[in-house]
Amino acid sequence: MTTPSKIDSPTLWDSKEMQRRTARRYRQERIFRAAGLGAVAISALFLVVLLGNIISQGTGGFFQTYIETEVELPVKVLGDPRTMTPEEFANSVRRANMLGLVAKSLEETFPEVTSRSEKRALIKIFSTGVRGQLAQFVTENPNVVGTRQKLWLLASDDIDQVVKGNIDTETDEGDRRVSDRELAWLQKLEDAGRVDVKFHTTFLTSGDSRNPEMAGVWGAVVGSALTLFVTLILAFPVGVLTAIYLEEFAPQNRFTDFLEININNLAAVPSIVFGLLGLAVFIGTMHLPRSAPLVGGFTLALMTLPTIIIASRAAIKAVPPSIRDAARGLGASPMQVIFHHVLPLAMPGILTGTIIGMAQALGETAPLLMIGMVAFIVDIPSGITGAATALPVQVYLWADSPERAFAEKTSAAIMVLLFFLIMMNAVAIKLRQKFERKW
Amino acid sequence: MTSSAISVIILLLSLAAFAAGRQRSLATVGGRRSDLHSLPRHYGYFAASLVILPSTLILVLWLTFGDFVLERMTMNSIPEGAVATEGVEDHLVLNRVRIAVDQGDRVEKDPTILAAAKFYREAHGEAVWVTFAAALLAGLAGLAFALKATSPEFRARNKVETIMRVVLIACSTLAVLTTVGIVASLLFESLRFFQQVPISEFLFGLKWSPQTALRADQVGSSGAFGAVPLFAGTLLISLLAMAVAGPIGLLAAIYLTQYASGRVRAVAKPALEILAGVPTVVYGFFAALTIAPLFRDMGLSVGLDIASESALAAGVVMGIMIIPFVSSLSDDAITAVPRSLSDGSLALGATPSETIRKVILPAALPGIVGAFLLAVSRAVGETMIVVMAAGMQPNLTANPFEAVTTVTVQIVALLTGDQEFDSAKTLSAFALGLVLFVVTLFFNMIAIRVVRKYREIYD
Repeated sequence: MTTPSKIDSPTLWDSKEMQRRTARRYRQERIFRAAGLGAVAISALFLVVLLGNIISQGTGGFFQTYIETEVELPVKVLGDPRTMTPEEFANSVRRANMLGLVAKSLEETFPEVTSRSEKRALIKIFSTGVRGQLAQFVTENPNVVGTRQKLWLLASDDIDQVVKGNIDTETDEGDRRVSDRELAWLQKLEDAGRVDVKFHTTFLTSGDSRNPEMAGVWGAVVGSALTLFVTLILAFPVGVLTAIYLEEFAPQNRFTDFLEININNLAAVPSIVFGLLGLAVFIGTMHLPRSAPLVGGFTLALMTLPTIIIASRAAIKAVPPSIRDAARGLGASPMQVIFHHVLPLAMPGILTGTIIGMAQALGETAPLLMIGMVAFIVDIPSGITGAATALPVQVYLWADSPERAFAEKTSAAIMVLLFFLIMMNAVAIKLRQKFERKW
Repeated sequence: MTSSAISVIILLLSLAAFAAGRQRSLATVGGRRSDLHSLPRHYGYFAASLVILPSTLILVLWLTFGDFVLERMTMNSIPEGAVATEGVEDHLVLNRVRIAVDQGDRVEKDPTILAAAKFYREAHGEAVWVTFAAALLAGLAGLAFALKATSPEFRARNKVETIMRVVLIACSTLAVLTTVGIVASLLFESLRFFQQVPISEFLFGLKWSPQTALRADQVGSSGAFGAVPLFAGTLLISLLAMAVAGPIGLLAAIYLTQYASGRVRAVAKPALEILAGVPTVVYGFFAALTIAPLFRDMGLSVGLDIASESALAAGVVMGIMIIPFVSSLSDDAITAVPRSLSDGSLALGATPSETIRKVILPAALPGIVGAFLLAVSRAVGETMIVVMAAGMQPNLTANPFEAVTTVTVQIVALLTGDQEFDSAKTLSAFALGLVLFVVTLFFNMIAIRVVRKYREIYD
């Protein structure tokens, strides 16, 4: 240690230099501490901004604009439910020109619209989903045929975005998707109290669609569930059995060392590489069906395997040796010690690790893109070998869509995804709290 | 679905075998359980595992190698010197056969290929039944053997435990098989790619435009596969990410371990964990729709031209994603420094920050370096953020305001949508994947090495 030459020994602690030095050191201390606090605050801020941004944008995605219209439902167009079987009636309703009925009711509201092209523009304030909506309504209530009904019908996505204030109506007409003419019509409807934003169950119950107002996440949720099911079936037993072998039976030799290094390295391999593996092996070599939850599940299982193995090993290691000794002392074979005593005691820890691994798999997108689970799929997937998509992939697909309304649908889908992730993690935490034992 | 049907049949058969083995063991001793060597259920387990293991093995073998063998047989069935195969490589012919198998004679007109497709279809149909029959027979043979072996002296429990041990070992080799699979598939496809494009051009070429011709005689058909712009883009974005995550993550770890009260720690640590648990596709969406426009507007207001898919936006958001990664690993490294060291420093009159900078950080340095290296490897392999927020143009630039593309973006771009397995375009994705795998593996190995080698052993 070199002594500062300016200070004569013995040190004069109350000298000007020393006091200045102390003050400087304290200032540095405060700055350093503030920097640390700042770093934590910035991270927290990022989290708040990220979640706040998603929630503020996404809440609108659960709601949709409806317009009230009085629709004439004539027998001539829809068919007579009293003279037909239910199937015949449903068929005839499906064939009926529903948009024509809606157009007729619009004529009554807007008598000033006369030209053909304007009429065609006018009907566009409604979603094309109105057809299905009306058909369903009529099929479920056959006795409305021949009457006039006041109905809330789905507005088109552009009108919906105007009502929600996501499209700036002040900008030049050419710069926005909604013309001044449409705005005037909308204004008239709003003045009559016939426009309302309502909770939109279709979003939670239907599959994907090209039209944002009719798109839903249910297909993706089911696809994710099927994929995770396959993942769990494969990764959980294999992971746990591997952990048991490594912790309890493996001799200390080169092969075991190699296994351990290997597992740790696998845990750090980028997920997209697992996608390439899945593409080359499961699709390229085994010719399993593309875009199927089966292949997605296999790929994600290989990816989550290291997580499950590492967590299970920790849980098995935490079971005290006295348990094993006692069981051995009473004559249990090594296998019986593991499967009757150690494993049940380690199970909460293993399950916690498994759920966390599953949550990772649920949020994973890149490997699924590689194996083609990125197709546009309207139907709800029904099996593990059919084409399906997954929730995070759905987010990716919608985020890429040009329609403005898909931005809020994307945020809403992210909210659904985060909801499932939070639920899974909450279960994991509860499990840990409930069964955690101190030995 | 025949394969799920056969799985169910085998499962049911093994359940029946369990019951049969159990009954049989009881029958041999006339119901006196104490005369048996093992518990009756052990005889059941033995019978069930002798059914399920051989038949599953056959099914797995069929699934893995069946198609390969069938394709070889199909290729051999094509007569030598047939017009369609003259001077064409084998795998191109095979591709045509495969298309013919899927679509019949709608696209394929050549009778040789159609005959091969017919041969394949028939052979496939036969092979499926042969495999299923073999699996079933193997299961039944196992059952017969187990029932024959069942006697009071038969050590069923020991046998079951031996089988169990084999199963355990088999499971743990799956992790090795995964690695082998990754390396093999990447290497195999990459080697095919390097037959078409020299490896030096791939690693050092400056132009990336992976268009290949649809027809061989097309003008300007050769694409350029120089991956340097992709490496540069990946490097740029990773550096930006580390510039955000490094300082913030390390400082946050220092604050949380050294200064924060228990209450702050109890709130801040889970918050960081939430940040780590958010799926990357969410970050990508956030980067593309919120941060990128924000940066562009900010750039416009000060007269800077920032691309709407700038490297900056992707890098910053990726940095946010990596913060918890850096902070939790650094946290572990800092906490591992023994208390006596900092106590000694504080007792000599050093302020807490001096203690941290001059005593704790040097002691924890290997762990922190390891954390940074792992974070870099994470940034290099990250896909969704860059796919959604970074561009597609292979720009060779160090300017973070411009759009760049990365290795992962190109892999996704090359492999999504319809593709055939043999074009250089598709194969180049595997070469990129190989580079990615090697680089991240390298970083991980170094990280582990650094932590192991330079860790001070206290106590």
